[in-house]
Amino acid sequence: MASSASRAEVLRRIRIALRDNPQPAPIPRDYDVSRDLGDLIDVFAERVADYRAIVHRVRAERLTVWIDGLLEARGAQRMIAPTDLPEDWLSPDVEWQRDSPPLSIDAMDSSDGVLTACAVGIAETGTIVLDAGVGQGRRALTLLPDYHLCVVRAEQVVGTVPEALARLDPVRPLTFISGPSATSDIELDRVEGVHGPRTLEVIIVQD
Amino acid sequence: MARNPVTWLGTPAFPVAAKKALTDTQLRRNLRKATTTIRGKRSLAVGELPDWEDLRRAGEAVKNEVLSNLDSYLERLERSVTARGGIVHWARDAAEANEIVLRLTKAAGADEVVKVKSMATAEIGLNEALEAGGVTAIETDLAELIVQLGKDRPSHILVPAIHRNRSEIKEIFRREMPDAPATLSDEPRELAEAARAHLRRKFLTAKVAVSGANFAVADTGSVVVVESEGNGRMCLTLPQTLITVMGIEKLVPSWRDLEVFFQLLPRSSTAERMNPYTSVWTGVTPGDGPQEFHLVLLDNGRTATLADEVGRAALRCIRCSACLNVCPVYERTGGGAYGSVYPGPIGAILTPQLMGNLQDKQTASLPFASSLCGACFDACPVRIDIPKILVHLRGKVVSAKGKRGPEAIAMSALAWVMRDPKRFAAAQRAGSLGRFVAKGGRIGRLPWPGSKWTDSRDLPVPPAESFRAWWRRTRG
Ligand code: SF4
Repeated sequence: MASSASRAEVLRRIRIALRDNPQPAPIPRDYDVSRDLGDLIDVFAERVADYRAIVHRVRAERLTVWIDGLLEARGAQRMIAPTDLPEDWLSPDVEWQRDSPPLSIDAMDSSDGVLTACAVGIAETGTIVLDAGVGQGRRALTLLPDYHLCVVRAEQVVGTVPEALARLDPVRPLTFISGPSATSDIELDRVEGVHGPRTLEVIIVQD
Repeated sequence: MARNPVTWLGTPAFPVAAKKALTDTQLRRNLRKATTTIRGKRSLAVGELPDWEDLRRAGEAVKNEVLSNLDSYLERLERSVTARGGIVHWARDAAEANEIVLRLTKAAGADEVVKVKSMATAEIGLNEALEAGGVTAIETDLAELIVQLGKDRPSHILVPAIHRNRSEIKEIFRREMPDAPATLSDEPRELAEAARAHLRRKFLTAKVAVSGANFAVADTGSVVVVESEGNGRMCLTLPQTLITVMGIEKLVPSWRDLEVFFQLLPRSSTAERMNPYTSVWTGVTPGDGPQEFHLVLLDNGRTATLADEVGRAALRCIRCSACLNVCPVYERTGGGAYGSVYPGPIGAILTPQLMGNLQDKQTASLPFASSLCGACFDACPVRIDIPKILVHLRGKVVSAKGKRGPEAIAMSALAWVMRDPKRFAAAQRAGSLGRFVAKGGRIGRLPWPGSKWTDSRDLPVPPAESFRAWWRRTRG
């Protein structure tokens, strides 16, 4: 079959190309794995906001009040929820659609937003990582709605990118989110709001 | 063998194309504005990391490790992707890769694919090949869409429509987008909104998506796409079938290695702490995303590049485009003059190697499209010594053409300067080495502002040894 012949040929070409037997130097890992950034939550909040996401810091016992208030302020009526989102996060004044059975593309597209948890927050870059774990659901849920409300617990926030990768399992589907959807394609200037959610709102929960 | 589509048929040699581009003042103004903006932002983003140089050294070393053992890493990647439910294909050249994608698309029952911006698929001319096979490829990246609608060619790795300013983009949208609002202004926010509305239905109904890959992890089989707009996420998440075309050099050994590139790439390319979206997926995840995943591993001149002990460093490239943004020649001529999807300094060293035909006039002119000022090397996150490779390739061009051609004369002028550190320094002070190449190589009409950069940096002395070796050989 063509494919196995091509495979053999590409590998053969590589082996011929490497006949000089190059000896690469060991990889120097002198870069910082962690770094003193001051108060991680301060830095995280500030840098998420730098991307023009909306950031709130709330105490754990006030979380549900905040969720209710933010959704009401937005006028959200029909929200999407991953199957395993904590029951008490679901504001009573909103119609919630759980993703079980799996929601249709149109249902996600026509909703007013989605509420999720996250896996990791990265302070230095203001990034939120979703790994399809508890309270996050499959990837399409946080993509099609135009509004993403994301709850980040303080202990999920790490300082640097290396610290974040160490906490993540790469064989899960991962999405690193840094601010709302944006483009730099017009005169290399960042403009928010293309295909992903145009509004990203983040609630940081601290005890 | 079919012609490698990495260069565009009919583009004149660089000096001629550049001369023409230089008369386009609008183009120059657009480019200067965009590259000046991004240069400033990039130095801020880079300056924020105290360990930037350590990250660059690590990035360089990771890529060297991969290239030195490419066969075993590719086999490892194949095993991990297959174990997770993906299907791996191998393509020796552009034609074979295009054929694979077309066959898979048809097998999925689709006559339309949505595409995430990808250099590899642009390099192989996939859209044209699909078209010829009755499949429409829809570019979903804003800049690619601008290029596609404007029936234009890409001029930058990251921002293919960088040569267009906002009012030109508005005109293109008004003309070519039937659903664009009549009141569309040149406000970037409105332009982005128009693109969103235009593509929405396509995303929601597409059966097949085609993407490239920024990285793949050999150990785990995980593939990474780095993007901004969310069009990537749409393509990687919604369709049933995903076909990813990836150059064989895009590997890293392990997950941990990405901690280096997730820092190097966004700061070097869009000058951000992090790009809006990075997606990582491994094979097929039941109930989440495409349920059929194909990974096409593309050679198309990469193994030939790997065979060159000096030139192979170009395969470390992570396509950040920082070298374009700092290049005085690129800023003036724009990307079109390079006649390839890979313009600028990286294009000048990568395109000729992928083409592998230094008899071709246009290809052979590319290594001369530089003043050797060295700004590209300083900016490169994986420390590719572009000036060194340029000089090396110039040597090869001259050997290929015989020592009495105009390039040979140019090279001898350059060689004469370079053999002696004092003369070299004097040439640097006088402006740049480009002047010496200029006469014979006939690129003298370009304004060479090299001195702006050369004052504050190390001599970009191309590896004296190999250069001298070349000189002895060709003079000999
Ligand atoms: S050569 Fe270096 S600077 Fe240029 S695009 Fe590639 S990685 Fe970036």
